[in-house]
Amino acid sequence: MIKQVAAAFIATSLAATASAATITGAGATFPYPVYSQWADGYQDETGNGLNYQAIGSGGGIQQITAGTVTFGASDAPMTPEELKKNNLVQWPQIMGGVVPVVHVEGVDNGALRLDGETLADIYQGKITTWNDDAISQLNPDLTLPDTKITPVYRAEGSGTNFLFTHYLAQVSDSFKNEIGEGKSVAWPAGVGAKANGGVANQVSGINGAIGYVESAYAEQNDLNVAQLKNQAGKFVAANSDSFQAAAANADWKDAEGMYLVLTNQPGDKSWPIVGASFILMHTEVDDAKAAGDALAFFDWSFKNGGDMATDLNYIPMPDSVVSMVKQNVWSQIKDDSGKVIWQP
Amino acid sequence: MTTGSSVTPQAAEGDRMQKLSASGHERSALKRNGLVDRVFEITTRGSALLVLLLLGTITGSLILAGWPALSELGLSFFTDDRWAANVNRFGALPAIYGTLVTSLIAIAIAIPVSLGIAIFLTEICPPKLRRTIGTMVELLAGVPSIIYGMWGMEVLAPFLQSHFPSVFPAGTGLTTAGLILAIMIIPFITAVTRDVMNTVPSIMRESAYGLGCTTWEVVRHVIFPSVKAGMLGGVILGLGRALGETMAVTFVIGNNLFLNATVTGQGTSIAALIANQFSEADGLQRSALLLLGLVLFLITFAVLALARFMLNRMNQRAPS
Repeated sequence: MIKQVAAAFIATSLAATASAATITGAGATFPYPVYSQWADGYQDETGNGLNYQAIGSGGGIQQITAGTVTFGASDAPMTPEELKKNNLVQWPQIMGGVVPVVHVEGVDNGALRLDGETLADIYQGKITTWNDDAISQLNPDLTLPDTKITPVYRAEGSGTNFLFTHYLAQVSDSFKNEIGEGKSVAWPAGVGAKANGGVANQVSGINGAIGYVESAYAEQNDLNVAQLKNQAGKFVAANSDSFQAAAANADWKDAEGMYLVLTNQPGDKSWPIVGASFILMHTEVDDAKAAGDALAFFDWSFKNGGDMATDLNYIPMPDSVVSMVKQNVWSQIKDDSGKVIWQP
Repeated sequence: MTTGSSVTPQAAEGDRMQKLSASGHERSALKRNGLVDRVFEITTRGSALLVLLLLGTITGSLILAGWPALSELGLSFFTDDRWAANVNRFGALPAIYGTLVTSLIAIAIAIPVSLGIAIFLTEICPPKLRRTIGTMVELLAGVPSIIYGMWGMEVLAPFLQSHFPSVFPAGTGLTTAGLILAIMIIPFITAVTRDVMNTVPSIMRESAYGLGCTTWEVVRHVIFPSVKAGMLGGVILGLGRALGETMAVTFVIGNNLFLNATVTGQGTSIAALIANQFSEADGLQRSALLLLGLVLFLITFAVLALARFMLNRMNQRAPS
């Protein structure tokens, strides 16, 4: 009996490996919710699976540089020089918003208003209680408690960190000088948690906490998302409209190596912290089949993934950018004989 | 040479030879034993040397890998108040501070509790219960550290936060990590202390009781002095584990990379910092993390050396 079961098991697993390919990738946790949705849809349709490890953007860059995965994913774009040095190309796969989430008893969902400077001061440990004047002035209609503020941030190298600090460094000089922007940052106050999910978990557990996560994580965990004041001086709520408004400013055509960060964009409706999540691949790949499978998955996602992305508050890449990606970026990915792998 | 014996001198010589020397069978056995002895000696010596070799190469490779960071950062590695990879400032101070503080908290809690358990088990506990409690303490030592981490994150931190919100606004922090570590090392210290207390001859105990000593007096004046050195060994074992514990600490320490002179607030430890950042580090950051590993190595080494020193002094002072 056991033998038969084992034999059947081995037979099916062999059959599975023979017929289906598994695409391996690692990196950003920011786009992970939508990538896993896409992977489900793609597997149903083609039988090919995706093994994506959401270990953070820093880890994604590390792994693709080391060549242990077929593609890496990062929310912080690599500079054109870095790309050239490591023989990598990158393209934006999806856009999304980073949102501040708060846990203050007595404050309704979406009611709290914050601006960049206040956010920067909170994260520098300069504002320590919720009834601080700086917060009260932005929220004349709310009665805020004297609860201590616990800032929650990412403990590891993270693209969400990069987008958030990139924004704070633009709106606050003291943040820029004292802390600076980057994937891995030393925060003067508060709690470090692992991954977007860890931050969401901590914020929902700690009364008085504030954190920042990719929008889909806020929705999945029913977190209280604060409004932010944008560059035009208007308070905006975090939703796909405000993300879209910010993304509409993106000028991918003139971005060398597709290096573009979309924080603090102009426009009355623009959400201030929007970013693209990038895919990284080698220009000369050893395993042409694996690379081809990965590109086929991304092509499928560009074509069919739009609705799934919008449902999760992400913004799909516009068609013009998609064709730009295929023409300018995918054409650089070649096998060891110099043949272009992606054939439309 | 005229004797009654029919044995010729030559034959006698041969006979003696035969008596003195071993038979072929015995000789091969001897030879085999000699070989076994030599192989035995070589393998045991080899094993011992292997330890030295391992220790040497680990230290060597840590120094080698950490050297770029040390030469680039210099003294600022030990004085800078933050570990900020984005601006290439790598100060080990927050991590060293966190490592020492959490371990000290753990030791400060674990020593009295372990002593209490050990005294109860050896002196006061009814024999029936002794087995059960002893086994339970040993089982506690076998619980994987990640379980303690999850418990700390899911139970202890929320408990501290809801009951002492002014001291633990987030529940996590150096004290929380210290508490978890204390629970983790209590079984170690208890087990060693109990075992050395059991080695005190019962005649000494009984004599003291016979003189009219109370249980406390017996423990204080008879048991204690004779097991001090052994107990110290248990404490050092626990301290060694506390200094290097990684997963459980990473879960509850708060992972703040800034030097804050706090005991209840968030911080980081050397092991937690390495666990969080090593997988994605390269260049200077990677080298700095390896250098940090060397620092942990040296701290542990220093603790062991200190323990040896104290043991020696104790042994010299103790009347034999």
